[in-house]
Amino acid sequence: MTIWRRNRSWLWPALFIAPGIILFGIVIVGSSVQSLWISFFQWDGFDEMQWIGLGNYIEMLDDPQFYISLRNNIIWLAVFMLAPPLGLFFALLINQQIRGMRIVKSLFFMPLVMSQVAVGVVFTWFYDPSSGLLALFFEAMGATAPALLSDPRWVTLAVVFAALWPQVSFCVILFMAGLNNLDESQIEAARVDNAKGWKMLWYVILPQLRQVNFIAIAVTVIGALRSFDMISVMTSGGPFGSSNVLAYQMYSQSIQAYRFGYGAAIASVLFAIMVVFISWYLWRMLRMEKEGA
Amino acid sequence: MYPRQISKDDVLKKYLYLAAVTLVLMLWLLPLGAVILTSVRPASDAAVGNYWGWPSGFDLVKNYTEVFTQTPMGRYFFNSLVITIPSVIGVLVLSTLTGYVLSRYRFRGNTLLFAIFIGGNFLPFQIMMIPVRDLTISLGIYNSYLALIIFHVAFQTGFATLFMRNFIASLPDELFEAARSEGASPLQTLIHVVIPLVRPALAALAILAFTFIWNDYFWAVVLTPSDAVKPVTAGLDNLKGQYVANWSLISAATIAIAIPPVVMFFLMQRHFIRGLTMGAVKG
Repeated sequence: MTIWRRNRSWLWPALFIAPGIILFGIVIVGSSVQSLWISFFQWDGFDEMQWIGLGNYIEMLDDPQFYISLRNNIIWLAVFMLAPPLGLFFALLINQQIRGMRIVKSLFFMPLVMSQVAVGVVFTWFYDPSSGLLALFFEAMGATAPALLSDPRWVTLAVVFAALWPQVSFCVILFMAGLNNLDESQIEAARVDNAKGWKMLWYVILPQLRQVNFIAIAVTVIGALRSFDMISVMTSGGPFGSSNVLAYQMYSQSIQAYRFGYGAAIASVLFAIMVVFISWYLWRMLRMEKEGA
Repeated sequence: MYPRQISKDDVLKKYLYLAAVTLVLMLWLLPLGAVILTSVRPASDAAVGNYWGWPSGFDLVKNYTEVFTQTPMGRYFFNSLVITIPSVIGVLVLSTLTGYVLSRYRFRGNTLLFAIFIGGNFLPFQIMMIPVRDLTISLGIYNSYLALIIFHVAFQTGFATLFMRNFIASLPDELFEAARSEGASPLQTLIHVVIPLVRPALAALAILAFTFIWNDYFWAVVLTPSDAVKPVTAGLDNLKGQYVANWSLISAATIAIAIPPVVMFFLMQRHFIRGLTMGAVKG
């Protein structure tokens, strides 16, 4: 009892934080580390695990599917970079205090609130070559609609553009918040100096949106690399693996092909790529926090 | 304000602008609009190839009733609620505790812990997939509600901790000093100071966590393969495979599963936006 009383000032906080740390530590951190370990084994998920060292990674270097997935991840990343500028564009468009604009703003955010599965289903029909809306446009112009989702040349771009839809919405939200936190006096001063159009945006507004820009790019990069849902719903990585990405290849190697060791190795590569971005994000965020405090 | 605001008195310009923006919005939401139209379309429309034109009639009630009577969607909905609600409660409880400690107690490793909570939140799910699946198998909860609940609580606690820590750190220091000078224990401070003050943050966090968990698809396919426990996202994916030709049914199901998060968003929009833009702007 006395021990408790003497130490309660730190025992309580330790007790408070323990459940969160234990759960997060085991399920999130522990699992991630364990996956790195599993990547050195050959394992079908049932029998004994067999140590094969770097075997999975060596196999990956000779796996054409790995390179296709990696290339697609890069395409996702590149196309997703359209989301921040498009988001800024829409945010500028709707940042007017006109009656009726509020509902317009809310509706702009709809794609973000819906699940990616729903977005995937919506776009699967949009692209449908026999009855989709896209086919209708092509017919109106007297052309035959391409079967985007079954054409290896177009499939990845088709899925990425669908995924861009909610991502742009996310960026609109971020930039709207940024635009509403601008320093009015700077804008007024610039207006007195007759700053207009691009110059105003480039020299006065964008420097003030640096923080928002950074967050928009960070969440977009991470979103692009994490893509899974849309691919699973729209193409299952097909046709013939041509729209696969590392996240989906990992899933199909493990759950469908029972090659857990190889799956873990693919996940580890994805993890390594993302850790670079996550560290960059954390470093900047913690630094900003120190400056702010 | 930037961009320059359209003058309040220029009525014509105001309406023209609003009309132009509405046009852009309609193009933006075109795919969604088409699905909504399809969801109220009578089956006869599909038979004559009228997929995207104006519906020949409105079968709203019939189509949506069908979703819940002809397919297991009702079951999936129930499952989603059973998974999402306890998960949200768990996240709120854990993150209030972790956020309180991380924001109000200085100790070695505080920043490191905080960084791990945030960083973990950005990890690709696949890096945790195999061990989490094994963990649920060895605990005997694979393919059950509990498997998803435990994962969601653990994962969302990362983001929620960031959220609650920042919120509690922004509360006035005097309150905590007063509590300390009156000899309140940390538990008493938690109950009498922290909990009454964090209610608005909890509301915002609750709808964000609800949306994230409701919309989760990956963990649903990994941890709950059977229809009896599967949530709406994985359920919709199933329906899509089974009812390939029945578009009005699939679109009605798509709209139905989007309704709970959309309603939440409209009810608490400001909270929602504040949560998502946290870190991007002050306040």
